Amino acid sequence: MSYTLLVVLAIPLVVVVDLFVLRTRLLTRRLFWVTYAIVVVFQLASNAALTGPGIVRYRGDVIVGTGSWEGEEVPFLGGGRVFFAPIEDLGFGFAMVLLTLVLWVAWGRAGVDREPRSGPPRLRLNARRREQPSGERD
Amino acid sequence: MPGGQGAYLLVLGLCLLGAGWLEYAFRTRVLRRWRRLLLTIGPIVAIFGAWDLYAIAADHWRFDPLSVTGITVGAGLPLEELLFFIIVPICVILAFEAVRADNGWAAGDEAEPAALAAGDETESENPG
Repeated sequence: MSYTLLVVLAIPLVVVVDLFVLRTRLLTRRLFWVTYAIVVVFQLASNAALTGPGIVRYRGDVIVGTGSWEGEEVPFLGGGRVFFAPIEDLGFGFAMVLLTLVLWVAWGRAGVDREPRSGPPRLRLNARRREQPSGERD
Repeated sequence: MPGGQGAYLLVLGLCLLGAGWLEYAFRTRVLRRWRRLLLTIGPIVAIFGAWDLYAIAADHWRFDPLSVTGITVGAGLPLEELLFFIIVPICVILAFEAVRADNGWAAGDEAEPAALAAGDETESENPG
C-alpha cells in the first residue's frame, strides 16, 4: 500500500460522497472551486515550508517522486515534487478540503448551526456583490 | 531551522494567522457556529488521523525530531498532526464562508425554498 495508491483511492471516494452519498454536490459549485483555488495557494506555501526543510520526510518507494527519508534535498518542481512536496500531498489535501466542506455544508443543511449566516463583509472586495444570497447553482 | 522543535507548530500558527482575520473582515461567524464546526472537524480528525497513524507505522512519512515537539497523542499521533487536522479545516471553512459572504454564491445549505413557499406553520424558526 503506497501513499500514491491511498491517494488514488481516497479522491474518488470523497467525490462519490459529495456527488452521490451526501449529495452536497460542491464539485458543481463555483463557491467550492473559488475557495479551493485560494486554499491551494496556501497549501502549496505551507506544504513547502514543511517538506522543503525536511520537517516532514517521505520514503521514496511509496511516492512517485524522490524520497527524503534522511532529510535529503528535494527538487522544488519536478521529479514528482511540487513546491518540494510530494505530488500525493496535493491529492491528500484535495480530499481533505473537499470532505471538510462537504461535511460543513451537510451539517448546515441538516439544520445544525445554519444560522447565523456569514456576511455582510466588513471588507468590500467585490463590487458586484448582491445583498441577498443569489441561490444560483454555479 | 526557525522555531527549532516548534518549527511545525510555527507553520500551523502562521496558517491560523493567515485565515483568522477572515472571521472579522468577512463576518464569517464560523467560531460562533462551533457545534457545526465540531461535527465537521471530528470526522476529519478521525479519518485523516487514522490515515496518518497508518502512514507513520508503514513508514510512508516521518518527522524530523529536531523540528517537532515529540509529543504524541492517542495511539502515537504527533501533536502537530492532530493540530493540523483541526487547524486546516478551520482555515478552509473560514475561506469558504468569506468567499460566500463576499459573493453571495449558494452552497446548498440555505433554507429549503419549498418549505418557505408552502408557509408551513408547523415549521419553527431555525433555533439559535
